[in-house]
Amino acid sequence: MSMFSLRHHSDLPLDKDPGTRFLPWLIAFMVYLAALSIVATSLMQSLSARWERGVSDTLTVQIPAAASVNKDQTQIEEALKILRAHPAVVLAEPISRSHVLKLLEPWLGSGETLGDLPLPHLIDVSLRRSIEFKAQNVRDKLHIIAPGATIDDHRIWLDRLVRMSHTLQAGAYIVLALICFASIGTIIFVTRTGLAIHQDVIEVLHLIGAQDSYIARQFGEHALYLGLRGGFLGLAAAGPTFGLFAYLYRQVDSSLLPQIDITPLQWIIVMSLPILSAFMGYITARSAVMRTLARMV
Amino acid sequence: MTIVKLENIGLRYGVGAEVLRDVSLTLEEGAFHFLTGPSGAGKSSLLKLMYLAQRPTRGLISLFGHDIATTSRDKLPALRREVGVVFQEFRLLDHLSTFDNVALPMRVADVREKDIKKHVTELLAWVGLKDHMSARPSTLSGGQQQRVALARAVITRPRLLLADEPTGNVDDKLAVRLLHLLEELNKLGTTIIMATHNEGLVRQFGHPRICIEGGHVEQMGPLRPARGGAIRVEGKIT
Repeated sequence: MSMFSLRHHSDLPLDKDPGTRFLPWLIAFMVYLAALSIVATSLMQSLSARWERGVSDTLTVQIPAAASVNKDQTQIEEALKILRAHPAVVLAEPISRSHVLKLLEPWLGSGETLGDLPLPHLIDVSLRRSIEFKAQNVRDKLHIIAPGATIDDHRIWLDRLVRMSHTLQAGAYIVLALICFASIGTIIFVTRTGLAIHQDVIEVLHLIGAQDSYIARQFGEHALYLGLRGGFLGLAAAGPTFGLFAYLYRQVDSSLLPQIDITPLQWIIVMSLPILSAFMGYITARSAVMRTLARMV
Repeated sequence: MTIVKLENIGLRYGVGAEVLRDVSLTLEEGAFHFLTGPSGAGKSSLLKLMYLAQRPTRGLISLFGHDIATTSRDKLPALRREVGVVFQEFRLLDHLSTFDNVALPMRVADVREKDIKKHVTELLAWVGLKDHMSARPSTLSGGQQQRVALARAVITRPRLLLADEPTGNVDDKLAVRLLHLLEELNKLGTTIIMATHNEGLVRQFGHPRICIEGGHVEQMGPLRPARGGAIRVEGKIT
């Protein structure tokens, strides 16, 4: 099935080449994959941005329940003093027992007996990025006033998540680069096939005084039209996929996944993929022809 | 003015023997020469050198005063546009109409479409193909194709016209008609070299010859017409 119906003046019958039939479909597929890669990249960026905020900002201090309420109170106040004295700490606030119980509710239920459990006391600590916070030093000080106190440094596992997210982002960029290389390779192959098929016509044009650029422009314009058509087709196919993806994403617990922030720049890139693919087709085909013709006398 | 100057030209393809050896010749503006010689003597090779389809293995070629060896590649198309070529097999582009085939040299020269339409229509009328402007070359007769090829070669009013056995595939009457068309162009100032095997035409039209044999070239005077040997063409030349 030929998708190419837009007519434009050409001395070369490129419309009838075998490559003309499959190239728009191939470009459509590439643009489709590129659009998905860009959205996947933006998802990864949103995730890592959210995680990175967590990494840099917060940690939790756990003080084990003491033998008496008074001792509990003393330990918490001493711990707060130590924490608030640290220059990296912006805020150190104890988490109320009721809030802790609410956090445990999904696992332990909401029975009245929960109130009797010796729950550890939690202190939520916010940090400023600019100053280094050495958890081990603080932990040692806390052990003096509250043996068994621990610091849940979210940064360790969040840092791993962020690294994973960055790796996935890099993977998405590599996929995008591979898509570009594959598209360029295909366009070069189709162009060279066209050069071989139309060798006689090209020779006649060359001998009657056509500049290389005159011949190359025709190949370039042909690739541009194919790229544009394939690009719009790929973008049209990507639209419903985005819709389905957004629907499935909404079904997942929103507390686990962040809202995807596709920046205006990313939207512009996605929407301009057909134009980018057409432009890439033009440049690739034109330069491939120019290089080949340069070998002629 | 000297249109073509060849000095000690040698040409070989690959590692084979030289097709042309020590060829030197000079063509002045307005000349009309027949290029004769047996098959395989190097007529087409000599013409290829002149229409810049081939570089010599040695020697110097000067076209319209430009030394081809020192002319940069991007200036060669402009020189090629000064040379009209009627190829042996015409080499018309079958996916284009007669009009578009003839218009090609003007299009590559970036002439405005309005001017192209005017000149191509006039020229096709001159060669008697006004009613075949939309026809594809494959639907035309040999004689008509020959005239399309000629029209394409002269549409830009080239200073040099090279015709490589253009009468090879047509009958004698059409060959004579073509020669009359070429003579008209020659009167308008176009320098012409026509490769041919047809001794009758060479005798009848009496132009000087460039004889090529065994790779060597010799510029010779016209052949004398044979008695009663002329091919008669009656009616209007179209």
